[in-house]
Amino acid sequence: MEDLSFQHRARERAGGTRQTAIIGVVASGNLEVLVERILSDAECRLEIKTAAVGFGEVWNAVIVDFVERYSPGGLKFSINDGGARPDTVSLRLAQAVRLIEEDDQ
Amino acid sequence: MTTWQRHREARDARIEAGSRLARGKIVEASDATRLMEAVIRPGDRVCLEGDNQKQADLLSSALLAVDLAKVNDLHMVQSGVVLPEHLDLFDRGVAKKLDYAYSGPQSARIARMLFGGKIELGAVHTYLELFARYFIDLTPHVALIAAVSADRDGNLYTGPNTEDTPTVVEATAFKDGVVIAQVNEIVDRVPRVDIPADRVHFIVKAEKPFFVEPLFTRDPAAITEGQILTAMLAIKGIYAPYGVQRLNHGIGFSTAAIELLLPTYGEKLGLKGKVASHFALNPHPALIPAIESGWVQQIHSFGSEVGMDEYIRARSDVYFTGPDGSLRSNRAFCQTAGLYACDMFIGSTLQIDLQGNSSTVTTSRIAGFGGAPNMGADARGRRHPSEPWLKAGAEADPESSALLRRGRKLVVQIGETFGDKNVPLFVEKLDALTLAEKLNLELAPIMIYGDDVTHIVTEEGVANLLLCRNDHEREQAIRGVAGYTEVGRGRDRNMVERLRQRGVIRRPEDLGINPLDADRSMLAARSIKDLVRWSGGLYTPPSKFRNW
Repeated sequence: MEDLSFQHRARERAGGTRQTAIIGVVASGNLEVLVERILSDAECRLEIKTAAVGFGEVWNAVIVDFVERYSPGGLKFSINDGGARPDTVSLRLAQAVRLIEEDDQ
Repeated sequence: MTTWQRHREARDARIEAGSRLARGKIVEASDATRLMEAVIRPGDRVCLEGDNQKQADLLSSALLAVDLAKVNDLHMVQSGVVLPEHLDLFDRGVAKKLDYAYSGPQSARIARMLFGGKIELGAVHTYLELFARYFIDLTPHVALIAAVSADRDGNLYTGPNTEDTPTVVEATAFKDGVVIAQVNEIVDRVPRVDIPADRVHFIVKAEKPFFVEPLFTRDPAAITEGQILTAMLAIKGIYAPYGVQRLNHGIGFSTAAIELLLPTYGEKLGLKGKVASHFALNPHPALIPAIESGWVQQIHSFGSEVGMDEYIRARSDVYFTGPDGSLRSNRAFCQTAGLYACDMFIGSTLQIDLQGNSSTVTTSRIAGFGGAPNMGADARGRRHPSEPWLKAGAEADPESSALLRRGRKLVVQIGETFGDKNVPLFVEKLDALTLAEKLNLELAPIMIYGDDVTHIVTEEGVANLLLCRNDHEREQAIRGVAGYTEVGRGRDRNMVERLRQRGVIRRPEDLGINPLDADRSMLAARSIKDLVRWSGGLYTPPSKFRNW
């Protein structure tokens, strides 16, 4: 197991009003993302528990792109990773933002 | 005096020798090896029928057992090197030289044998190319083929898996060769005549039906959300804007995902009737929901697929069927259809380089090509216009006169940036090149050349290579969809952003694709059992795909 933590400035606040969302599953090659709207609008934090050790550099690349593309201001992401590939991580993060931006149902 | 009929006389002598073992044309299975020894001469070109599906398995075992003093150093000219016996022939010295097209399950062993010098390699072909050579410089002396049934005259019923048989028989029988067929049964009257009796010289009844591999069955349960996202990008980013109606799909999971998204996501986009209506395609079970939903008008097939017989029989408006009601497939005609009458090929590969060249060859595996290089190539002889073909041609060459401008076939490579066991799809140098250097080949085994590829689709986006104006743009367009592979991370970010603004690269968000739609609930069928249900119980999957 390895713990990673990333802190970024976001261009703008993530849309919508939902306070939390959760997506994905903890399984081999997959990951679970809990997202909470608990930070100031310009802030974004990702905390990762991963089963795969030594991939910090790839995580960093994935997250830099993610923050750039989706500007998830105000959101904290807690990630339980079962050794997912970077493309799966990207998709889950995009889904998490999209989910919290949706109106409450 | 010059003799002009030596080949016919030689053929007659071979048939005469074989006839001593036959009653009429029928030879007992226990005499099959003796039949081979009687009709085959050392150094002969022999076509042992076997492709990616059906196999003349009894005849290949019989050939393997020959007395090496009588039969040796054969030159095998065959579509598929698929059964272990196909390579045992080279290990034993029955055969020496090989020209082939496909070697899926034997890809690792064939690589070892090539390195070990056990096989003298002619070339790795695409199917249509090898068939063409049967009529020019690789005409078989003897063809060993497989059929479902024969009557006592030798008329053959090849059934749904007709595949290569008519082509092999045509080349052999009409050029003084000998045709030997293994059949599952001998009947009074065949259900339909696929091969007329006067082209067949000997018949061997096999103890068990010839082997057929269910190569085109993809279990929807194994389709990932990444593949669903990639499939949505292809549908919205390529099928829709070009209006692709006539096409061929590869056999990977990404194209299976497309097939299963047509009745759901495609329907939502209002594409029914506008795309994916006419196919050159094997009877993919994954296409059943789209057929049942009224998307597909017509399918011509290279071969059949295990378990699909009854479904095909009941859907003759869609498939090509004989007077007996069962599928008639024909690989040579379907490959021709894929080359000339389809506007798009979309399939996956194992490696793509920075020029867009792709190959399924890796340093330890030589899988061959099958039909992909043929489907995945622009037909330079094509002359009929169609909307997608003209649009692609205009994108590639906007300056020239419309009336003189060639169209372009859409050749799409689709896949996830990381494949099986996290192996990257994108590489700086193809393993095929390393292999060609090691084996001193004159030509690296490239499946699809970069200049034929028009689009690359990954989960990161669609790269339209038609819109690239130079090699540098092309390289960055490829890097721009290569995700977090080394090739992808080596991109020039500013350049990739400019390409994106020009529409050369389109991301899911550029196409308005909601990542939450990349969910398995979007698949029209999520299991093999769902496919059976869609088919009204007509599809009967092979046992290895049943888990209920």
